[in-house]
Amino acid sequence: MLRVDALSAIYPELARSIVVTNMGAAPAELFSLGHQPGFFYLWHSMGLASSVGLGIALSRPELQVVVIDGDGSLLMNLGSLTTMARYRPANLIHIVFDNEVLLSVGRSFTTATATGSDLAAIAAASGIPRTGTLRTEEELQSALKEALVARELSCLVAKVEPQGPASYFFDLHFLESRFQFQRHLRSLISPASPASPTEGDRR
Amino acid sequence: MPVSATNSQTVYDALKACGIRLLSVLPETWLVHLVSLAEEDPEMVLVRLAKEEEGVGISAGAHLAGMKSAMLMQNHGLLASINGIVSLAQLYRIPLLMVVSHRGGFGEEHPWQTEGGGVTEHVLDALRIPYLTLDAPEHVAARVRQAVVLAESSLRPVALLLCRGLMWED
Repeated sequence: MLRVDALSAIYPELARSIVVTNMGAAPAELFSLGHQPGFFYLWHSMGLASSVGLGIALSRPELQVVVIDGDGSLLMNLGSLTTMARYRPANLIHIVFDNEVLLSVGRSFTTATATGSDLAAIAAASGIPRTGTLRTEEELQSALKEALVARELSCLVAKVEPQGPASYFFDLHFLESRFQFQRHLRSLISPASPASPTEGDRR
Repeated sequence: MPVSATNSQTVYDALKACGIRLLSVLPETWLVHLVSLAEEDPEMVLVRLAKEEEGVGISAGAHLAGMKSAMLMQNHGLLASINGIVSLAQLYRIPLLMVVSHRGGFGEEHPWQTEGGGVTEHVLDALRIPYLTLDAPEHVAARVRQAVVLAESSLRPVALLLCRGLMWED
């Protein structure tokens, strides 16, 4: 499975969600499929996509958050799996594209998933209630749809080929993206929102 | 335990008065009362971390989602968080409030804290992060408020150093 084909298969679900991506190939490929105001891409901060997604999910329980991560990124922040499992937000789904290499450095240096480290098993052993390893676009699409219906913290590991886009650059500066995304999340606040998170912003 | 419960309450009240409603924390000795206060407070979302750098991501997400947050950590946690501070909070202009127990300064009896104590302020300077010390209860409320206001106006990280004179009853 190619990651871009997998992203294409789940694009309708992503477009209806708040999406935070890791750095590298995944954001460029997702952007190429069509930017949405609810998509936020990290250009750096390797490892922190799941933490950003957790911060959003805990702050806004009414939003469905999907994190797009990679094997190299997640291996830099494995503790995040235990933190997500501890708070178990029902509105957070963590998709990990596992290509078993650090693709963006130019030569395919393998990660530990190439030598047997099993991220879905690590996630399950961390206490994430719903986990799976998916090998086709159809499997990933079904697993994501089921996780969305179940409303349960999930970690879906999609095994993909070590291929990426021709370029990792795309025409959306990260600061433009950051303010656009924040404004979009603000626009989604309903009057009945329990936390009234805009309180204090009036000055 | 000679951690000041009274001054911990003062710090906690000051954070709440600024609208902080999410605290990410990795516990350490000086922070025990602050963590307990957050645990017992139904208005506070407490996120206990495995490693401090996660807190940078959580605070960034909280900010984008409209929730005011702070990180509570030891200065060694600040050292462990530097890549996240630089490549997320600074790059993406996140108003990250870091409340840092400044272990390893004058009066520190634990030898293993002293190296971190010696570099903390230099590291903050190198990162161009403005900071104030909290070393007496009288100025806690004002300095916490000033830190929150500067973080939000500059859209950059700001640090408050919890000092021995405030946190520890020798």
